[in-house]
Amino acid sequence: MPVESVVQPAAALVGPVVVLTESAVALVDLPFREGYVSSIVYVSLYVSLIAVTLSTLFSVPVAIFLGFTDFPGKGLVKSVINTGMGFPSVVVGLLVLFAVSNQGPLGSLELIFTKEAMIMSQFVLATPPITAISLAAITGVSDDVRDAARVLGGTRLDAALVVLKEARYGIATAILAGFGRAISEVGSVLIVGGNITSSDGISKTRTLTTAIQLEARQGQYETAMVLGGVLVALVLAVNAVVVRFGDQGVQR
Amino acid sequence: MSIHRREVLTALGTGTLAGLAGCSGLTGEEEQSAGVAGETLTLTTTTSTYDTGLLDEIHGDFEDMYGVSVEAVAQGTGAALESARNGDADVVMVHARGLEDEFMSDGYGVNRRDLMFNDFVIVGPEDDPAGIEGTESATEALVAIADAEAPFVSRGDNSGTHTKELNLWEEAGVDPGGDWYQETGTGMGEALNNATQQGAYTLSDRGTFISQRSEIDLVILVQGPIEDGPEILSNPYGIMAVNPGVHENANYDLAMAYIGWITSPEAQEAISEYQMNGEQLFFPEAVSEDSDFQQYVPEGWSSESSDG
Repeated sequence: MPVESVVQPAAALVGPVVVLTESAVALVDLPFREGYVSSIVYVSLYVSLIAVTLSTLFSVPVAIFLGFTDFPGKGLVKSVINTGMGFPSVVVGLLVLFAVSNQGPLGSLELIFTKEAMIMSQFVLATPPITAISLAAITGVSDDVRDAARVLGGTRLDAALVVLKEARYGIATAILAGFGRAISEVGSVLIVGGNITSSDGISKTRTLTTAIQLEARQGQYETAMVLGGVLVALVLAVNAVVVRFGDQGVQR
Repeated sequence: MSIHRREVLTALGTGTLAGLAGCSGLTGEEEQSAGVAGETLTLTTTTSTYDTGLLDEIHGDFEDMYGVSVEAVAQGTGAALESARNGDADVVMVHARGLEDEFMSDGYGVNRRDLMFNDFVIVGPEDDPAGIEGTESATEALVAIADAEAPFVSRGDNSGTHTKELNLWEEAGVDPGGDWYQETGTGMGEALNNATQQGAYTLSDRGTFISQRSEIDLVILVQGPIEDGPEILSNPYGIMAVNPGVHENANYDLAMAYIGWITSPEAQEAISEYQMNGEQLFFPEAVSEDSDFQQYVPEGWSSESSDG
């Protein structure tokens, strides 16, 4: 499956980041069991990165298609996508819950309270912003560029690639926006994931956000804040990495 | 127009979900293997058993004994039972006998056992504006709070504690409402925090209150039966397996193994030995010389009175 080959590198990224976070957290003395923080960081990144990867694979082609073709009802499709950006995450969580619950259409797959269910809901959440912002970036590329590519003898595909190259910053922003929505989201992953750790404190479906929610529920605001700091640091790190890649692309 | 849009949305949504379902199989191969060992038990339970840390403390023994893993989902009694009704859990551990009975009567739960108990306490700010400290009766204390219109935080989440609170108001003959009565829709810990912030009263299970005492500025004003308070504040926990006749995917074998284990003398002793801040949180009641048949059936049930 081609999806697997894309997902693997995304998952491979997770390892080093987890080690970094673990050592950063170890500097502060906190009442967490060994491996707890690194496992929730791992689950957060695993779920969000795979969800965003899948959603990028889905969204960018859709954005290209929408950007290059005209058809009746295109305005409607665009407004559906834009509406999707504001879709409340708890509602998405409920919809995915209905789908994957034993009573739902996908019940036989037994996805309830798994990372896969969380990936599904984050996919649904991340897809609209990635599609909409990519589309804006693609439509924002001047028609001259397109025409030039065609005039110089390029095929339709060549023109698309040129436009894609011009729009890459916008698309990177789109992916970051999708990632931001996915990793900071708490409502749906709580509903479909169940916020589960094993009894030795290793997370199965607990993410940073649901862990923060749990700490706050127990009145441990300080530890909740520390986890919040870890989450912000993670998002910053991912942003930095993406921006870095973007700059390298320019130099080539 | 709007109908059309909805159709597009539905089509998009279904397509997306179906597409993802295909992919997700790739990533979910970690913990499945053949036989009982390696299987996973999904337990939906209340925030009070989970947030006190009891389950994490005792589950290790069960997991080692059978080579399985237990996934505890802390949801509150209402939600825990609802998950089980949908077939998303194998076993439920909750504390609202009325809701448990309904769950069993509807055919979703089988083999109920009394598990353990603690009690509820009415907590509030130290200055006690409604003057309920030392009141012998829980309902009189609530009446006093209502009369004084002193702030009261309700869980408002259909949990076992919320159910108990509503029953108490009903017993007291008061229909709570108005600015002083706030439904927060949160877990016990959050409700306690909320009450601390506002200097409000609330009903709490003793376990969560003890485990969180260092974080909050509330004191116990009306004790439960453990400290010789009124019996109405008792807080019994029950455990039930999900009926495999209704949900055939329920892991019934493992659920019964779990119920057998947690009601065994060893696990019951582990429960009684679990302490937080130097206090015992839960009192086991599964091991007894007496034959308490009522624990297996909805309360008040007898073969004569039942027509199914």
